[in-house]
Amino acid sequence: MGDSFIDQVVEILRQFSVFVILLGIVLVFALGSSDFLTTSNLLNVALQTSMIAIIAIGMTFTILTAGIDLSVGSVMALSGAVAAGMAVRQGWGTYGGIAAALVTGVMIGAVNGLLVIKGGIPPFVATLAMMTIGRGLTLVYTQGRPVAGIDKRFIFWGTGRVIGLPVPVILLAVIAVVAYVVLRHTRFGLYVYATGGNEETTRLAGIPPDRIKLAVYVISGFTAALGGVLLTARLWSAQPNAATGWELDAIAAPVLGGVSLFGGVGSIGGTLVGAFIIGVLSNGLNLLGIQSYYQQVIKGVVFILAVMLDLFTKQRR
Amino acid sequence: MSDNGAFLQMKNISKAFPGVQALERVTFEVDCPEIHALVGENGAGKTTLMKILTGALHQDEGEIVLQGARAAIHAPSDAQALGISMIHQELSLIPYLTVGQNIYLGREPGSRILGMIDWTALYDRAQQWLDRLSLDVEARAEVQDLSIAQQQMVEVAKALSLDADLIVMDEPTSALTERETHVLFDVMHSLREEGVSLIFISHRLGEVFEVADRVTVLRDGQLIGTRPVAETDEDEIVRMMVGRELGEMYPQAKGERQDVVVEAINLSDGDELHGVDLTLHRGEILGVAGLVGAGRTALAETLFGVRRAVTGEVRLNGERVKISSPGEAIKRGMALVPEDRKQQGLFMNMTVRENIVISALDMVTRWGFVNASRARELAGRFVERLDIRTPSLRQRARNLSGGNQQKMIIARWLTLKPEVLILDEPTRGIDVGAKAEIHALMNQLAQDGVGVLMVSSELPEIMGVSDRILVMREGRVAGTFMRDEATQDDIMRAATGGKANHGR
Repeated sequence: MGDSFIDQVVEILRQFSVFVILLGIVLVFALGSSDFLTTSNLLNVALQTSMIAIIAIGMTFTILTAGIDLSVGSVMALSGAVAAGMAVRQGWGTYGGIAAALVTGVMIGAVNGLLVIKGGIPPFVATLAMMTIGRGLTLVYTQGRPVAGIDKRFIFWGTGRVIGLPVPVILLAVIAVVAYVVLRHTRFGLYVYATGGNEETTRLAGIPPDRIKLAVYVISGFTAALGGVLLTARLWSAQPNAATGWELDAIAAPVLGGVSLFGGVGSIGGTLVGAFIIGVLSNGLNLLGIQSYYQQVIKGVVFILAVMLDLFTKQRR
Repeated sequence: MSDNGAFLQMKNISKAFPGVQALERVTFEVDCPEIHALVGENGAGKTTLMKILTGALHQDEGEIVLQGARAAIHAPSDAQALGISMIHQELSLIPYLTVGQNIYLGREPGSRILGMIDWTALYDRAQQWLDRLSLDVEARAEVQDLSIAQQQMVEVAKALSLDADLIVMDEPTSALTERETHVLFDVMHSLREEGVSLIFISHRLGEVFEVADRVTVLRDGQLIGTRPVAETDEDEIVRMMVGRELGEMYPQAKGERQDVVVEAINLSDGDELHGVDLTLHRGEILGVAGLVGAGRTALAETLFGVRRAVTGEVRLNGERVKISSPGEAIKRGMALVPEDRKQQGLFMNMTVRENIVISALDMVTRWGFVNASRARELAGRFVERLDIRTPSLRQRARNLSGGNQQKMIIARWLTLKPEVLILDEPTRGIDVGAKAEIHALMNQLAQDGVGVLMVSSELPEIMGVSDRILVMREGRVAGTFMRDEATQDDIMRAATGGKANHGR
């Protein structure tokens, strides 16, 4: 009897394990700080999480094909700089600048994809190189100085609100829904899973896995560029060192959410939950007044515990 | 189709690879409908011939005629369009996708424009194919939750959904139990009734004679002959395959049964093994039979310390021991040749020399450095002793045939002079010649006083090689037989839950 009860609990945990962890963290912070569960703070958490979550969604596509994209932080910085530079220095205006940024991201994603499929370079290596190149290009383009002077219309994309919701949060919602539908209900989405599950079988089924892989790096480049635009808008300027290290959070989010680094397994829902675990932790630890040095240690420990619980519940099956 | 015109004719097919004439003017015909077995040792050209038929390779010479018309097959899609489908030995389903997604991969019903998939239609259609094969499998189930046999059937459903009227099955039974094999054979027979032709590649001649209408033998890239199964026998086919007399298929063991080396009492692993008693004598080969999931591998792994025993005890040479890791088992003179050669047994990218000496590094190492010439000498000695066919000691393991890979794993253990050798499915997927060599080697070891425990799903192997046979069912011992006392029926009855029969 007791056994079957435990089994039931384990089964529930298995299906929703990361979600349960997120709820647990929320509960701890809600008990620890009266400021945590307020509308304004929750919107703040959503805003802080939105950019990580957007690039994590793009990352999810690459990881589902058993790839990875380490260049997203650099792509954010470069495309943010391009957006501000084009908008301010070249006088292309806000939307010209944003368009240029998105094209930059897509092009870098395409280069990543081509290096992987044509060059045969492992994704880890190809995008690691692109991480350095992207950061270098950002420094060259900005000459190491911030690009400021963007106008209100630009800033609106990072700080504005529509029906009370921060614009980046709305964009996140739109992108998450689109990504969900693409992965769950389209051929392309199924082929992303198939490519990560077994590339050879996919090829034998008449699907060119190379095209799928190229597409996922382009998607990741696009979401990184969008993230860069939003970050620039939020900071009112493009910083050459912006988003340094963000690729790690962008990878941690899907992995926390159950996306397998070996490909073929995972969901957008999981990635979102993973991103919010990261966002809520940062926010809550600040509210509790924990010194930032300790915060990093606590974050790492929580990640380990989350992944261990995930593995444990999967083994019990 | 007329009765005398063959459904498929492959005429005078030749194919050369650098340095090898893989096929030389081979002519192969399949009627409609029939089950046509294709046999031959590894390297005989079966796979090359089938790859040409299914478009993965293109012949240098010769032509393929399908239903009287010349067929141009240049790519797998050409073969598919002609109704030819192949089920590969290594199942190629994607484990994380559902059965339905796998069956219709690349052909999902739905709108062309937005690429949206109509899941309801997909699963309905997939379920129809599964039902047609009378499979108890849900189209929405994930493939990773299915047994190997079920996955095999899903591959058949996939082939049928492609409108195949010729299905090539490459060793479909190598991972199946007897019972599952018979289910597959039933399906093959009913497909034939419906007009589907099947080409069946197998190393198990017993199965060939059970299921096939005709059998074609290849050897060294040449056609040796095609025979109706009713007009030939295993001896003739083996002669055709190896081109020489094999002597006795299963040489009688001459080992002298000596004192007990391993004794297990009430052994359980808390999972698949429930209170198993076992004795293994020096100089004997103890065969462990049973269906997949009967706990045979669990028994081997628990004895070897891969799994932890939660109850019971193990005695080695009469002394009670606690073996909680493979390292400890090795120190006490035990060795395990695992079930999955590629995943568990070999370092595929390492050389023959490295694969052989890796367990015996102590013998060839000084101050932490491997002495290359001593390693070479040690490996070379075993390559010679076991007649491992490799161009050099530097050849990578992945390039050897299955039989030679298996011999290499056995060689690795023999460097340690084990007292107890456990082999889990030692000849799975290995051709007839190499199989006989491995059996001879096991006999030789038994004669030298090693206690040999062999797990096998092949009844003829169990019957032919073992001195004593232990049958398992649902994690328990369902019967023990001396080789001369047991019939295949006795063993199957014990394995499937007929009356438990305790001989001695």
